[in-house]
Amino acid sequence: MHEAPSSEELLGAVIGFLTEKAAPQLSGQAAFHARVAANALALVEREMAQRQPADARARALYAALLNDTSSPLEALTKEVCARIRSGALACDDPALLAALREITSAQLTIDQPTYSGLKP
Amino acid sequence: MTALTAPLTRVMQARFGPSAQVVDMTRLSGGASQETWGFGLEVPSEPTRKLILRRAPFQSAAKGEAIGLVKEAHIIAAAARAGTPVPEIIHVCSPEDDLGDAFIMAHVEGQTIARKILRDEEFSHARSRLAFQCGEALAKIHAVAPHSLPSDLPISHGLDQLDRYEAIYRGFEMDRPVFELALAWLRQHAPQPLPTTLVHGDFRNGNLMVNPLGLAAVLDWELAHQGDPREDLGWICVNSWRFGVREKRVGGFGALEDLLAGYQAAGGQAYEAEDLTWFQALGSFKWGIMCLIMYQAFATKADPSIERAMIGRRASEAEIDLLNLIEGRPHA
Repeated sequence: MHEAPSSEELLGAVIGFLTEKAAPQLSGQAAFHARVAANALALVEREMAQRQPADARARALYAALLNDTSSPLEALTKEVCARIRSGALACDDPALLAALREITSAQLTIDQPTYSGLKP
Repeated sequence: MTALTAPLTRVMQARFGPSAQVVDMTRLSGGASQETWGFGLEVPSEPTRKLILRRAPFQSAAKGEAIGLVKEAHIIAAAARAGTPVPEIIHVCSPEDDLGDAFIMAHVEGQTIARKILRDEEFSHARSRLAFQCGEALAKIHAVAPHSLPSDLPISHGLDQLDRYEAIYRGFEMDRPVFELALAWLRQHAPQPLPTTLVHGDFRNGNLMVNPLGLAAVLDWELAHQGDPREDLGWICVNSWRFGVREKRVGGFGALEDLLAGYQAAGGQAYEAEDLTWFQALGSFKWGIMCLIMYQAFATKADPSIERAMIGRRASEAEIDLLNLIEGRPHA
């Protein structure tokens, strides 16, 4: 095991380099892409911390909705899509809407945590 | 000097006399399929005019829903005659001009960057009237006489667009329950289409030139089509164009009441907020799929930039907006 520096520390160092050193010395499109690169790594950082609990929670929510505690998340997601499409799950089903809101909010907390649509 | 300077100079001299000169040619924006250039036109004893050249370098292989630049120029001219603030069309190029599919228009001073328009002190007066002015401009666009439009301008109603974007989404074979929910909800709640009008098709922050007095010009007409006028009114309300100022439903700068009041004041139909919800939801769905389309450009290595990749992670923004709309949340 080589944990020093950790993945998180390495990511943090690269993000710091991109935003504080590289971007200010670049101009135009290259400066813009350096900032986008730093944002991408910050997203990866959030995903490393949050993906597992988010997926576990999504699986629990879909399992309850479909009454299926054995299937993996991917299969459950596919089944939720199929049932919405067939009408077996109605658009105004409160449990469906609550599950989708929680799962989408968790995804946005990884993707774009400052997005205005997340505010209550 | 670029390779364009010589043919452009010939075109300008044919129009403005043999002593006309093209100066300061600058590439402003554009990708592989379309370019925008700024340049100065010098004619003796007149002040230099700032002009814009829009061109597709190779034959008008109009991508996706884009209508091509010559048609775009004719629509802008028709919108101008109807009183819409647009850049003046100076010249529509023909093949012998040797500039490709192209037109030349006047440069309009102002700002298109939403974050500046929504936040800078310079635009505080503009912000107070912009929603009303957008309503007026849209009413004029929607009143453009059909006979003044290109006869082959595509017709696309809300459900046509839903079909098209659903097919694209299905093609990606991604399982996204919120997009499934949006599709089902949009199909169940589809309104009866209204009589067809000219629709701008991309009326939003970024395509609106704003100066300290408000709306200076409506730009980027490449998605213009014939369709339901509520499409434009709903699209400017999509939360993605509010850039964080969510409580101002119209582009992050104004109230829906002002948009609708301006629309009616300029001769448009009287609409209620709920008339636009479906079109706003259609808009959020389309934007979500567009994010995935842009990600596909990265995934297929057509455009390997990080920016293209990252935009795929904005599809979840459209998803939360769709849930907010479907659940009727405040500030949706």
